[in-house]
Amino acid sequence: MEAWVSVELEDLAAQAIALSTSPPKTPLSLAGRMARWGVAIVVVYALIALLTPLLVAAGLLPDPSLGLQNPIYGPPSLAHWCGTDRLGRDVCVRTLAGSGVALQVVVVALVIALVIGVPLGMLSGYLGGWLDRGLVLLMDTLYTLPVLLLSVVLAFLLGRGLPNAAAALCVVYVPQYFRVVRNQTAQVKSELYIEAARSLGAGPLWILRRYLLRNVITSVPVLLTLNAADAVLVLGGLGFLGLGLPETVPEWGGDLQQALTAVPTGIWWTALYPGLAMFILVLGLSCLGEGLESWLSGSGQGQHSDA
Amino acid sequence: MSRHRALLRYLATRVALAPLMLWLIASLVFLLLRLAPGDPIDALLGTRAPAAAREALRAQLGLNRPLFEQYGHYLWQLLSGDLGSSLTNQEPVMGVIRDSLPASLELGSVALILAALLGLAVGFSGIARPEGRLDLAGRLYGIGTYALPPFWAAMAMQLLFAVWLGWLPVGGRFPATLLPPQGSGFYLLDSLLEGLRSGQWQQLGGTLRHLILPAGTLALLLSGIFANALRLNLHRTLDSDYVEAARSRGLSETRVVLRHALPNALLPVLTITGITVASLIGGALLIEITYSWPGIASRLQEAIGQRDYPLVQGIVVVISSLVVLVTVSVDLLVALIDPRISYD
Repeated sequence: MEAWVSVELEDLAAQAIALSTSPPKTPLSLAGRMARWGVAIVVVYALIALLTPLLVAAGLLPDPSLGLQNPIYGPPSLAHWCGTDRLGRDVCVRTLAGSGVALQVVVVALVIALVIGVPLGMLSGYLGGWLDRGLVLLMDTLYTLPVLLLSVVLAFLLGRGLPNAAAALCVVYVPQYFRVVRNQTAQVKSELYIEAARSLGAGPLWILRRYLLRNVITSVPVLLTLNAADAVLVLGGLGFLGLGLPETVPEWGGDLQQALTAVPTGIWWTALYPGLAMFILVLGLSCLGEGLESWLSGSGQGQHSDA
Repeated sequence: MSRHRALLRYLATRVALAPLMLWLIASLVFLLLRLAPGDPIDALLGTRAPAAAREALRAQLGLNRPLFEQYGHYLWQLLSGDLGSSLTNQEPVMGVIRDSLPASLELGSVALILAALLGLAVGFSGIARPEGRLDLAGRLYGIGTYALPPFWAAMAMQLLFAVWLGWLPVGGRFPATLLPPQGSGFYLLDSLLEGLRSGQWQQLGGTLRHLILPAGTLALLLSGIFANALRLNLHRTLDSDYVEAARSRGLSETRVVLRHALPNALLPVLTITGITVASLIGGALLIEITYSWPGIASRLQEAIGQRDYPLVQGIVVVISSLVVLVTVSVDLLVALIDPRISYD
């Protein structure tokens, strides 16, 4: 798995370099390549997330939370490719199963953030006035705070569980959608065609849905992808602090917390694989987000613009 | 003239909003802790504790009073610098924070300096050939350091430098065999003064040996932000008219880059430093715990484990207030020294 990763990264770098030495005229430049690599990585993770439970159910893979019959802290071997952890559970299967867990929580959290943040931002930007000022101050304050601190407090209060972890994460991202959507709405609402619609008798709800939403929604995909990358890290951080998901759930951050106590004795396999899985997923999502961004803001200048 | 007035207005709003933001944070933390599902008394004593004990604790914590009265009391306490006392050992929360904050500040500031040096070096290295190998490596460096989970990077460093090579200690802040230096709580400063006074440098050596890995890891994680910022700004400045003018006067490329482009590209890096502080704290939280560094994050994790509500509340309020203050100060500083930003 590790070798596969380094090959992939080298490929990415090599392609990027080859691309840059002979500037292509096609719009699919470094940005496009990054987006492609990002898509490939995310698709692989999604497939792993879908297939792992099926393979476990079919008995082809061992159960990620059972391991009493296995040796404790067994090094990588033919029977257990990535070794076993302090309860004899198979590190490889737990790492694979972790991908489903992470994607689930992150998707739920971001969908909630989107559903709250976008309408709130549109309303606030469209209506203006005191409501707008109050909401902007609140969201700016939340936005200033360290992401991890905010979700640590919420996870502490809400307790462990999948919906709880998603709720703790989504609060971090609501302000981001709110800010982007609100500023764009405030900008677009003074355009002539909105004026025209209003003078023809269109109500606020109609204008918001019919004209503003389409203008505003285009900035969301990039933010969504970059936030997904961030959310994977924050979820891992929560797990590492012993918050977020229940202990039995195979989550990368939680597994790394348990691996930490074994590090001084030189046991590396329990620490390496979950972290590596997290690293590559975040890398893939970041590449996808940055690729999308330069591609959308594009105008064929993809190779010059980046984050 | 109009810019001057706009600038003053901006500064005034920013300064006026800071206390409002602090009040919002304090109120949010209060509300969250009171309205969250689950009774703190249950969390502390368990559901099967005798009713008398539960009532006594409730009265001691002031939880039996009406909500707005609790809120008023809480705000008044905050204003007078009193954050209550810890539930587990009755220590005043302010004292706990004062004891653990220097360790975190020391780690954070050393990491920030290292991150800036490392990041600026990486960001600058690609400038000789834009879109060349080094430049692209710098770009990948930015994404790579962002994608590294902080605790995982820390564990990898521990394995490599402490467990396998044995060069540095696995964790902690000071060798257990020595007496820690007395004074401000900033060991680097205290042990340096101690060394100058007595000529004994073991304390400074011990402090440095323990500091290298945590500060280095944190610096590595944050350096990507600096590298990216400098790279982008350099590209932008090198494309600008005045650099073109300098080039056409026949100045050497080195001179153009170092004397004309670099100073202007460095200015936005200050803004980045301000933004980084928030992520610095998120990362530092995890780094401290991985290296068992006895800072404020370790105390926060302990407090969370013990469900020590006043301590969690106090630490969160103090960290958030620090972040807000730093963010606002950096904004003000940038507004004052960068003439290019307009405030309409």
